Amino acid sequence: MDTEVILSYLPRYVEAFFLTIRIGFIGIGISLILGVIVAFLIHFRIPVLGKIAGVYIELFRNTPLLVQLFFLYFGLPKIGIAIPANVCGALGLGLLGGSYMAEGFRSGLDSVPASQTESALALGMTRKQLFINVILPEAFALSVPATVANVIFLLKETSVFSAISLMDLMFTAKDLIGLYYNTTEALCMLVVFYIIMLVPVSVIGNIVEKKVRFKMLGA
Amino acid sequence: MEEILSVQNLCKKYDELVVLDGIDLSIKKGEVVVIVGPSGCGKSTFLRCLNGLEDIQDGKVIHDGEVINPCSGKLNKVREKIGMVFQSYELFPHKTVLQNMLLAPLKVKKADKKEAEKEALKLLDRVGLLSKKDNYPRQLSGGQKQRVAIMRALMMQPDILLLDEITAALDPEMVREVLEVVIALAKEGRTMVIVTHEMSFARAVADRMLFFDEGRIVEEGSPEEFFEHPKTERLQKFLLSFSYAR
Repeated sequence: MDTEVILSYLPRYVEAFFLTIRIGFIGIGISLILGVIVAFLIHFRIPVLGKIAGVYIELFRNTPLLVQLFFLYFGLPKIGIAIPANVCGALGLGLLGGSYMAEGFRSGLDSVPASQTESALALGMTRKQLFINVILPEAFALSVPATVANVIFLLKETSVFSAISLMDLMFTAKDLIGLYYNTTEALCMLVVFYIIMLVPVSVIGNIVEKKVRFKMLGA
Repeated sequence: MEEILSVQNLCKKYDELVVLDGIDLSIKKGEVVVIVGPSGCGKSTFLRCLNGLEDIQDGKVIHDGEVINPCSGKLNKVREKIGMVFQSYELFPHKTVLQNMLLAPLKVKKADKKEAEKEALKLLDRVGLLSKKDNYPRQLSGGQKQRVAIMRALMMQPDILLLDEITAALDPEMVREVLEVVIALAKEGRTMVIVTHEMSFARAVADRMLFFDEGRIVEEGSPEEFFEHPKTERLQKFLLSFSYAR
């Protein structure tokens, strides 16, 4: 491995690293908001909207991100909607992630024992009071592990952004290999940058998971 | 004494399965009614019908002159007056002991926080758990959790307390600490409907015993006649299952 090559590639990787993180976290932000809304629509069995939410989940969970991005980036312009690549990336990630997050939140809501609901009702609480004070905090704690796993999964999914010519880490590595044939350096740096991006998320996620579970559920 | 709760021809069915088949019962203020019976006889379901956790298919439950099941008004208002304690405690795991006790009074009754807190501490002190006020349920033993659960129900100042097999999940040594609390409440004149498998406790605490089987009240009477001179063969057989001989 040639240190000089690595140093000369570094600025491009750093740039790509921040682009990946930026679009990745915007996409994750969208997925969290979307996931909560969709999970509530399904949990409360809201007429019509609940069914639409179900269809959304199946549609986006069962198609690859690459296909979704192609649709957004190359398909939509055909009907007159042109979206810039970075918006497509964030939106695609948000839509895919939303379906995963929704399932995670929904399972959290469903996992709160019915007996907790009954004991809150027996104390005279209304459905609304018991949802806000009892179900929501417990469901939140129960869905943290799934949420952390989804965040890591979504950050890794950013590697298909290169297909819509976003200069993310994957694109940068492929580009540099194509230009200079320093395959070893380029690929090693690719791996290192993904690890730099994901290990902290994983570590922090584990800590948050333990803390929240212990605080909320005592186990 | 005045009647506080009355049950008339209560019937509960799950589709074709009849769980409660025409129960009539009148409970007076200050009375302790203990229900025993084999598993699946409908005794727990009966308690749950009394505070509207279960809907009923026929008959009615009247509390303080008002029909509460089937309920036409606000069930949550009724439940404030009818406290219930469950087998599995059901404390809220993300709240401390004190927060568990204050949640319903503050949210439901909009009670004054200072007053409610004073009351909660008094009740905790009474059951010897004052030092646990800032602990989480996970840090308590089963017996301690159940004592907190009883006090949490009392915080709403209910007219009636429903106790659903509250010691069934406890180690034998912890059963006593919980049941002594219940006996103290009985002495104070609390109205209670208790479902239990603890026969010696039932005998000590009850003003009136009921024996449920297959969704009906098969026999009822004072603890004395109930345990010493059971009239029906079914009850005689049931009571025999609690005594052992070699």
